[in-house]
Amino acid sequence: MASTTASAALPADPAADAGKAEKPPSPLRAKRRRQLAQWGFIAPAVLFMALFFGYPLVRNIVMSFQDYSPSTFFTGEAPFNGLDNWRNVFDDGLFGKALWQTVLFTVGSLAGQFCIGLALAVFFSRRFPLNGILRSLILLPWLVPMVVSGIVWRRIFDQDTGVLNSFLGTLGLGGDTPWLTSTSMALVSVILVNIWIGIPFNMVILYGGLQEVPKELHEAAALDGASAWRTFRSVTLPVLKPVITVVLVLGFMSTVKILDLVLALTDGGPADSTQTLGTLTYQNSFVQMDFGAGAVVGNVLILISAVFAVFYLRANRNEGK
Amino acid sequence: MTEPSPDGRTRRRGRRTRRIAVPLTVVSAIVAGTVLSGCGRQQDPDVYTVMNSSTDESYHRWDGDTLKRCGKELGITIEQQSVPASQLMTKALRMASSKSLPDVLQLDASEMPTFAEAGGLIPLKDLGLTTTDIPDGIVDFGSYDGKYYGAARTVNTLALFYNKDILDKAGLAVPTTWDEMRETAAELTQGKRYGLALSAGGAEDGVFQFTPFMWSNGGDETKLDSPEVAGALDYWKALLKDGSLSKSTVNWTQADVNDQFMAGNAAMMINGPWQVETLNAKKGLDWGIAEIPVPKAGDDSVGPLGGGILTVPNTGDGEREKKAAEIIGCMAGEQEQITYALNSWMVPANTRAAAVWRTKAPELAALAGQVSTARSRTAKVGARWSSVSLALQSAFQSALTGESSEAALKRAQQRVTSGN
Repeated sequence: MASTTASAALPADPAADAGKAEKPPSPLRAKRRRQLAQWGFIAPAVLFMALFFGYPLVRNIVMSFQDYSPSTFFTGEAPFNGLDNWRNVFDDGLFGKALWQTVLFTVGSLAGQFCIGLALAVFFSRRFPLNGILRSLILLPWLVPMVVSGIVWRRIFDQDTGVLNSFLGTLGLGGDTPWLTSTSMALVSVILVNIWIGIPFNMVILYGGLQEVPKELHEAAALDGASAWRTFRSVTLPVLKPVITVVLVLGFMSTVKILDLVLALTDGGPADSTQTLGTLTYQNSFVQMDFGAGAVVGNVLILISAVFAVFYLRANRNEGK
Repeated sequence: MTEPSPDGRTRRRGRRTRRIAVPLTVVSAIVAGTVLSGCGRQQDPDVYTVMNSSTDESYHRWDGDTLKRCGKELGITIEQQSVPASQLMTKALRMASSKSLPDVLQLDASEMPTFAEAGGLIPLKDLGLTTTDIPDGIVDFGSYDGKYYGAARTVNTLALFYNKDILDKAGLAVPTTWDEMRETAAELTQGKRYGLALSAGGAEDGVFQFTPFMWSNGGDETKLDSPEVAGALDYWKALLKDGSLSKSTVNWTQADVNDQFMAGNAAMMINGPWQVETLNAKKGLDWGIAEIPVPKAGDDSVGPLGGGILTVPNTGDGEREKKAAEIIGCMAGEQEQITYALNSWMVPANTRAAAVWRTKAPELAALAGQVSTARSRTAKVGARWSSVSLALQSAFQSALTGESSEAALKRAQQRVTSGN
């Protein structure tokens, strides 16, 4: 750690030496000094990134090639074992299952959150009484901690004593749905809860975006005799596109790594039917204490996020042109 | 960083340099400070730490009182540090790598082998503690690879809790065999009430509850695909098929099971003595406790031993480790065991303490019987228990949601074997 400290202070030193020179500053020297100053301003950010993002990332990659067990914490030794961890994880049927369920979970959650969020945003962009109050009420799921939501929903979903089934029962709609207890329903239920949680975020950002759509465009479209749907598709959506990209990419990144909600709702069960890459990492690292295997799954997760981050950056660059 | 310079120009230059240098130095200092403060920890020679998972108010208070008494007896100050049970292991491992382990570490007995295998624990006999008066089963419970690492103050296990009013009204006796339990449960299932509640959740809770059925039937964790294990799982499936168990069983923790029992949604339940305090707080609930029914009359009811054990982590400081053993000696002393057992409704580990306890808590006598035949989960597979447990929970959940017991358990055994 001492070396990091030293290198961080380093850029200042040559400038100090330059200060001792007696000649008036040449343009070249002034330029160099300006550059140094620029680097000086960047340095804290670079240092921060390197320490808190770069270092863990590199360590995680290295760890996935190591036999990293509880004894490592005592001896400090984690022998390299080549591709053993990777082979073990990929050979385990659970990885494929968790990957597929992560895809379903992410796509399902994003589609639901986005569509409902957009519909609500459009709805609230009209003026009507109590608009503000209703809009702030919809934010509530966002304010409730994820684990609390999970625990409450687990009670609501209980097959025999849950509120949801009692309600459906009184409506005469069966009321015996095995929300969290059947291997085919559990993932759907978890997705439903996540949609409920994600709607406010989508609505708020999209609502903000809708405020940016110039009124004149709508008026022009109305003069041209465009229908409401046509106006939405040809005027609103294209203007909203950059906001939509942001919402979807941010939503993707927070959804793909889901862990807390699943742990609170189902613990990955029943029979691994709600196991995702996030829960698998947790299980490998903190239940089985096989940190190498946990790192492998974690790396896959990072890789997936990174691919989408690149898409996001590219989309933004195109917007700039 | 800048030397004093005679003319104004350089000073101005110096000032600019300083303007850059100052934030950088501050940042670097903060970084270095944070990093360094994590390492060195000055230890006060008369202050010792005990780390446990007593985050509940009552447990934290009971342990605090014990430590105060022991501190007085040994002439030292003992501090209590409590972290949630699920984080205790990882927290302890992190402390090991930063050389800041506590003097005494209370681990769940099923986690101890992992820690011992890593070389993190000192055998208690090396530090002068003996196992006199402790039954073999409980010595094994605190041992790994033939070495005694953990002293239990009390142990717990599972038992059958029943609602006396409901059983009396139906004129039914407390079941003692699997067949009796199946019939009784079916008869007690009425309307919204189930005959029996147990936890088959996807975590250690569910596995803990499966073990008495697996073991009493002659199966064990070294061979998950044996007919005995399948028989136990088939018994669970039969209870579910009869409708005597709720379908939510696969999503319930042991605390959920207790809630259902207290709410009158279940006439009987499989649970542990740590629920007794909550059960007693509920007015109008008249409950009883019995040993878990066995496959055939005359079989032993073998339950799982549970509970925390006190260990001495390997800190490299021999003097402190010796003192830590003295702390354990005091905490696990006869009188402290009885006090703790009566508070927490668990059974004292020491034979003589257990005898005293039995006279003071006669209503829990069935529990003492169950403990005498109970065994630890890690005795046979050691540190591999976590892998076995994960495979097993996936298997019984698959079987309870439709798959055949044989197929599910076969896959579980393959998973355990390939994981080695």
